[in-house]
Amino acid sequence: MAEKLKVAFHWLASCGGCEVAVVDLDEKILDVIKVLDILFWPVALDGKYEDIKAMPDKYLDIAIINGAVRTTEQEEHAKLFRAKAKVVVSFGSCACFGGVPALANLTTKEKILQTAYETTVSTDNPKKTRPQLETKMNGRTLELPDLYESVKALHQVIDVDYFLPGCPPMVPLIEKLVAVAANFAETGELPPKGAVIAGEKTLCDECPLERKEKMVAGIERPHTFAPPDPERCLLEQGLICMGPATRDGCDSQCIKANMPCRGCMGPPPKVDDQGLKMLSALASIMGVENETEMSRQDLEEFMKTVPDPWGTFYRFGMSTATLNKSLEGEKRETEEK
Amino acid sequence: MANDSFEPEIVGILCNWCTYAGADLAGTSRLEYPPNIKSIRVMCTGRVDPMFVVKSLKEGADGVFISGCHLGDCHYQSGNYKSVRRIVLLTRMLEEMGISADRVAFEHISASEGQKFADRVTEFTNRLKELGPNPLKEVE
Repeated sequence: MAEKLKVAFHWLASCGGCEVAVVDLDEKILDVIKVLDILFWPVALDGKYEDIKAMPDKYLDIAIINGAVRTTEQEEHAKLFRAKAKVVVSFGSCACFGGVPALANLTTKEKILQTAYETTVSTDNPKKTRPQLETKMNGRTLELPDLYESVKALHQVIDVDYFLPGCPPMVPLIEKLVAVAANFAETGELPPKGAVIAGEKTLCDECPLERKEKMVAGIERPHTFAPPDPERCLLEQGLICMGPATRDGCDSQCIKANMPCRGCMGPPPKVDDQGLKMLSALASIMGVENETEMSRQDLEEFMKTVPDPWGTFYRFGMSTATLNKSLEGEKRETEEK
Repeated sequence: MANDSFEPEIVGILCNWCTYAGADLAGTSRLEYPPNIKSIRVMCTGRVDPMFVVKSLKEGADGVFISGCHLGDCHYQSGNYKSVRRIVLLTRMLEEMGISADRVAFEHISASEGQKFADRVTEFTNRLKELGPNPLKEVE
């Protein structure tokens, strides 16, 4: 038996779901322990950053990091683990593409702070106190990390070797990662840098549902919709399913539960921008029988039925979108036509 | 914002069967229109991936002028319907991001409408002059 790999798990801007996903391995976690020696894992083990700082560079074999980067502290940690680990794995959609926290890129830091500390109904803050980066107290200075204007994916901050998408990553993919690690321990061989540990096609390719019609006559939302026909393509039933613009490898878990894909696996290979691809696919198939009788105005009205395009097409991918930050500046000044 | 010396950069994406021929007609008829537009010929506006528009804006174009056949006249039957649907949704998204929908035009200009082509390009150029430079340029 080869020597165990020294591994650290860490979380940045994330919800903790990725950690639960590891625990979801159930008894298979025993196989993980056989190959991996987990030295640091804030959610499960006691540990100090000082311990990591004290390690020689590249001491860790693998650092598995989940969560996006949105504070100075998170960036510092990301860089620390990069320095101390031979291999860094982006674990989960937030680390890979920004994930749900990156929806903050649709607004500004100022507006976020304003909402959080001033305007919500339950906020009682007449002095409009906000957290300061530095506070002096009893002769000591206390510091807080600063919030960045935009949320970044891990590879936008540090060099990342492998990606494991999913919100959270599915058990079969985590097993794949463990197999990669076991092989590394055994033979010292690694997959090519930048590899995504998931499928190589779109979700539609592995989807068990059947597509019968060509066009979608209108958009429905899951909460206003009677249970969909479990055998027909959800998209053609009018639910926005991100399948056409999403990588496979998740075993169609949402689809099998009769829910449309939300796109957590990110764009398929060779696609740069998941949301724009989805926009393109959706707009292509949206139409009614008498399409040729529709005027330009009808078409414009029809497209308004698509709810919240940014939040839908980029639910997990705002950080890596081509346009990944609200400009907040230019407003429509002249009326078109 | 309006700046007399500001000359907007416009990416024109024109369909082979209608607007490109219309632009040709404008040329052979010696109609004048601003030289700000740099035209690219595509076989059909249905070929226009939203990425073309976003990338143009991201890489510094001040506006994107897409033009194809009139609705119902598409050489490939439904290409321009698809394209209108895409561009309508895309401009809504751009607007939500703080990029004016006026930076992207989708026109229907046939092969015989050289004058309309010249007029629309002139209008679009003037509109962009009013809007000023693309705010994405400052972000980069």
